[in-house]
Amino acid sequence: MARIDLEHIRHAYMANPQSAEDYALQEVHHVWEDGGAYALLGPSGCGKTTLLNIISGLLVPSEGKILFDGQDVTHLGTEERNIAQVFQFPVVYDTMTVYQNLAFPLRNRGMKESEVRVRVDETIEMLDLGGLKNKKARGLTADLKQKISLGRGMVRQDVNAILFDEPLTVIDPHMKWQLRSQLRLLHKRFNSTMVYVTHDQTEALTFADKVVVMLDGKILQIGTPADLFERPAHTFVGYFIGSPGMNLLPVEQHGETLEIKGANLSFKSPAAPKPGTSLELGIRPEFIRFDGEGMPITITKLEDIGREKIIRATLGGHDIAITLGEGKEVPADPKVSFETGATHIYADGWRLETGAAHE
Amino acid sequence: MNKTWNNKAWFLVLPVLLIVALNAVVPLMTVVNYSVQETFGDNLFFFEGAKWFRETVHSDRFHGALIRQFIFTATILAIEIPLGVAVALAMPKSGLWASLCLVLMALPLLIPWNVVGAMWNIFALPDIGLLGYSLNAIGIDYNFTRQPVSAWITVVLMDVWHWTSLVVLLAYAGLQSIDGAYYQAARIDGASRWAVFRYIELPKLKHVLIIAFLLRFMDSFMIYTEPFVLTGGGPGNTTTFLSIDLVKAALGEFNLGVAAAMSIIYFLMTLLVCWLFYTLSMKGETK
Repeated sequence: MARIDLEHIRHAYMANPQSAEDYALQEVHHVWEDGGAYALLGPSGCGKTTLLNIISGLLVPSEGKILFDGQDVTHLGTEERNIAQVFQFPVVYDTMTVYQNLAFPLRNRGMKESEVRVRVDETIEMLDLGGLKNKKARGLTADLKQKISLGRGMVRQDVNAILFDEPLTVIDPHMKWQLRSQLRLLHKRFNSTMVYVTHDQTEALTFADKVVVMLDGKILQIGTPADLFERPAHTFVGYFIGSPGMNLLPVEQHGETLEIKGANLSFKSPAAPKPGTSLELGIRPEFIRFDGEGMPITITKLEDIGREKIIRATLGGHDIAITLGEGKEVPADPKVSFETGATHIYADGWRLETGAAHE
Repeated sequence: MNKTWNNKAWFLVLPVLLIVALNAVVPLMTVVNYSVQETFGDNLFFFEGAKWFRETVHSDRFHGALIRQFIFTATILAIEIPLGVAVALAMPKSGLWASLCLVLMALPLLIPWNVVGAMWNIFALPDIGLLGYSLNAIGIDYNFTRQPVSAWITVVLMDVWHWTSLVVLLAYAGLQSIDGAYYQAARIDGASRWAVFRYIELPKLKHVLIIAFLLRFMDSFMIYTEPFVLTGGGPGNTTTFLSIDLVKAALGEFNLGVAAAMSIIYFLMTLLVCWLFYTLSMKGETK
């Protein structure tokens, strides 16, 4: 178990990076608290895996330092860092049995056979692999192989951190759920620092205490699932998290007030945005209310997804989505208003600090 | 289920069938024909049954060539397969050096077999060859035309020089196809270099190595040109392998019946070994 400090980490895969675009990872400065469960969330190619490999020591960052419990490990190899990592695609040792696969990381570290047996048996039970203990890993299905990979990460209990690189990609949905709960349990039990890379928001939000949202090599926001939902720091976080994502409406500044283009709604400007920045209003579909008065909308489509309905509509020429709770009906003359606390103003993508006031 | 039978497809296969029949099946049948007949010239043939087969199976000369053949094949396999894998492991994975190494490795394979024989013959000559002269100059008595041991070492060295590249190229291709995640996982699991080889590289190379083994087995079992040019099967009979002996019997002594029987036994042996090896090595393989 360890606290991991990332100090001004930057990484470029090319030899002489010139501009910011040359960096796969731009300036990450952050602390992973001891015993925390973190998820790194972002689209493919945003630098999640690069960051993970830097933590595990498979990559040495171009710039910056990594500290484990205050000790500089930037140039130490993976073995010395004592890290476990689970990869996207199952990695098993084909010629070994399931038992031997799980025992491999322990035996490599010179653990006594009696102790190896205890640990491996425990892991096998936890992953429900009992019947396959003495089977060769070669013939197993992809999800069973991935269970073995997970097991090899879990079997060492003294690791500084366990890193997961989209480990459930090849697992079928039912088992995904099961394995994720097992990972949560494991985290509770051993209190190990866990970092979980994924591009699936459900996975990130259910697994982690804190979610780190990344885009184009930058960290956009670090927060609890509730933070990300209620106060997205960046428009990308707004529409990447949530289903459907946050509605973003372009607004214009007129002196002290902001106005939604094409709609009859104005706001008191929350802060003084620099002239020339592009301003947007963000409101989640869940926080749009039908209350008889407000802005008229034109409903274009109604999607019934079971528990709730999603209304696709236009407001002043802009497409918006509205989530309608269970049992509620679509009013005949639809007019909407935005919940005050959940309305945010973004300047060039970034949220302006002061909350917007409804007028 | 009803299948539509359309025999027109056979016409597409026919040209290949004809060519294979002309260049493989017909000559093979001629050999089968010779192997059961005796001739005294004048194109007169008499049926002899299995006489030539009995004679061949019991002949000391055939036994000698066969034993030499197996020793030779076993020796070069024992050297070329591990050496080839070792060289492939040592080669750079990418970049200019990788390309350069590949070209260098491919060179011996491009040289015609009789040229390889001639090159090594000159190279190893004790009076003018670089190898032969140097060895004698540092006090090692070496003469491949007179000493059986020297002749054997030279023939084996020549084959290793000529064919290890093939194993290298196959093993290199096999190594390149291993996903990087395996090496990363091994590092995280704290595996030693030996463990990486034993549990990742070797299992993943299994299939290419089977191919390499089969190719080298068949080729070396049928080896003719290089030792023929280098030693001519000598000194004495010491480097006379099966095919050299076969050509001696067929063309040197004009013993068509004996040569034909030998060819068939020889052919069946190669087939049997390849089949056995392939079946056994693929056994227990599940998809």
